[in-house]
Amino acid sequence: MAEVQVGRVAPVESDTAFAERSRLVEGVRAYGLIVTMWLRSTMAYRASFVMTTVGNFVSTAFDFITIMLMFAHVDMLGGFTLPEVALLYGTSATAFGLADLVLGSMDRLGRRVRDGTLDTLLVRPVPVLAQVAADRFALRRLGRITQGLLVLGYALLTLDIDWSPLKVVMLPLMVLSGAAIFGAVFVAGAAFQFYAQDASEVQSAFTYGGTTMLQYPPTVFAKDLVRGVTFVVPLAFVSWLPALYVLGRDYPLDLPQWVAFLPPVVAAGCWVLAGLVWRVGLRSYRSTGS
Amino acid sequence: MRLYAVVAAGGFRRYATYRVATLAGVFTNTVFGFIMAYTYIALWDERPQLGGYDMSQALTYVWLGQALLMTCAMMGGGFEDELMERIRTGDVAVDLYRPADLQLWWLAGDLGRAAFHLLGRGIVPMVLGALAFDLAMPRSPWTWLAFLVSVGLGVVVSFGVRFLVALSAFWLMDGAGAMQIAWLAGLFFSGMMLPLTLFPGWLGDVARVLPWSSLLQVPADVFLGTYAGWDVLRAYAFQAGWAVVLLLVGRLLQSVATRRVVVQGG
Repeated sequence: MAEVQVGRVAPVESDTAFAERSRLVEGVRAYGLIVTMWLRSTMAYRASFVMTTVGNFVSTAFDFITIMLMFAHVDMLGGFTLPEVALLYGTSATAFGLADLVLGSMDRLGRRVRDGTLDTLLVRPVPVLAQVAADRFALRRLGRITQGLLVLGYALLTLDIDWSPLKVVMLPLMVLSGAAIFGAVFVAGAAFQFYAQDASEVQSAFTYGGTTMLQYPPTVFAKDLVRGVTFVVPLAFVSWLPALYVLGRDYPLDLPQWVAFLPPVVAAGCWVLAGLVWRVGLRSYRSTGS
Repeated sequence: MRLYAVVAAGGFRRYATYRVATLAGVFTNTVFGFIMAYTYIALWDERPQLGGYDMSQALTYVWLGQALLMTCAMMGGGFEDELMERIRTGDVAVDLYRPADLQLWWLAGDLGRAAFHLLGRGIVPMVLGALAFDLAMPRSPWTWLAFLVSVGLGVVVSFGVRFLVALSAFWLMDGAGAMQIAWLAGLFFSGMMLPLTLFPGWLGDVARVLPWSSLLQVPADVFLGTYAGWDVLRAYAFQAGWAVVLLLVGRLLQSVATRRVVVQGG
């Protein structure tokens, strides 16, 4: 419905491509406008904003405090030292934080499907994905990114890494690709809610559960679980595999060396799939009519 | 009394309506249970008997945490959002005119909610956990009964805390910040992230006397048989003590709020 299908009827190939690209540009622009609107509204309750941002920082910090409490009792967890775990933690937490900041509001989609307010988004001449993603944009989520970066900083200061140019490039690249992979999971999870409506917690299992899992070394988990997050929902590419390369440690499941360089490819693949799932979900949407 | 029983039943039925959400929640609890269980195995592999628990007791602790997460509302998610919204919009004025006590009304509803979550979101993850890992289940039916009493007290303590948080909306209007601080404390000091017996030194001592330990640590210890014989009564006294204190403070705050604060009109 809201998919204003300009490019669909265009006979020339390049026209379609142009329409696709302008839709993307339009989507990003709309996302920016809606985000700006929510930023202004957030700043109306400034005290609450400060409290929730600090809260967001502290709440995620508790994850790492838990790990530190564990290391108060042991020197190694699954054969990894605290700074090594901190590197896994910092990269995955920062990647997840970025995805959460940009797309974290997508889990509200189920509510919109239930109460029928999604219809409002459908009649606007703006891509629905951009509207849903920017819905109630929450700047307080910077708290999580800050916390992830701090732990990452601690890891880099304390670890004795045998640096090479490749490893230096690897770090920012893995965080960005990781954010894209988590972002694709957010979009696919939201698309699932066109059917399941009030099952947003399934999404949490993959997003919040995924980031929790990645904060610990892969040696801790059962082989099948590691296989699952490598080949089914490819979260292992967010931090485990590239980080193990940086650390110069063995990969799980006897994977070859070059898989550490796959995150950008995996991220692109995830977005293609997520985009498809999103379209199918949106097309199948039937309003509640209320 | 009958009124509150009806309200409690209503609370139960209300949450029972969301079947897909309950299934989704069970799935999430199970996933988190598995992730935590493996981290605990890594930890207890290095240090058997850590915090006074053996491996199977530690794993049982993990799954009890997942089973009680929603029941004791350690991350919030009960009536408090709604009450806060009613305070913000001024609808609470209508509640205050009702021939029912504000605090008891919401407590009854929350007990119904807790009962549903114990059945709906507690049992299945626990059973799945028991199938996948070697858990230390109590053999005596009395231990199960003692555990249920402790959970009940934990729910009341949890309610007491959340009621105070909700009432803060009379002064703060937007209570999101206060609510977040409350669920942070609930998650960390209940022992949900790590058993409080693993907290070092004074942090452990403080954590064990705070009200939140009633939500998971105490019921879990009752379940694991840490309290021998009548010592259970000591655990109950601790929980009941906090419940009474929190409910009384809530009552006080409620009367101050209704007397001094002008309710927002719409």
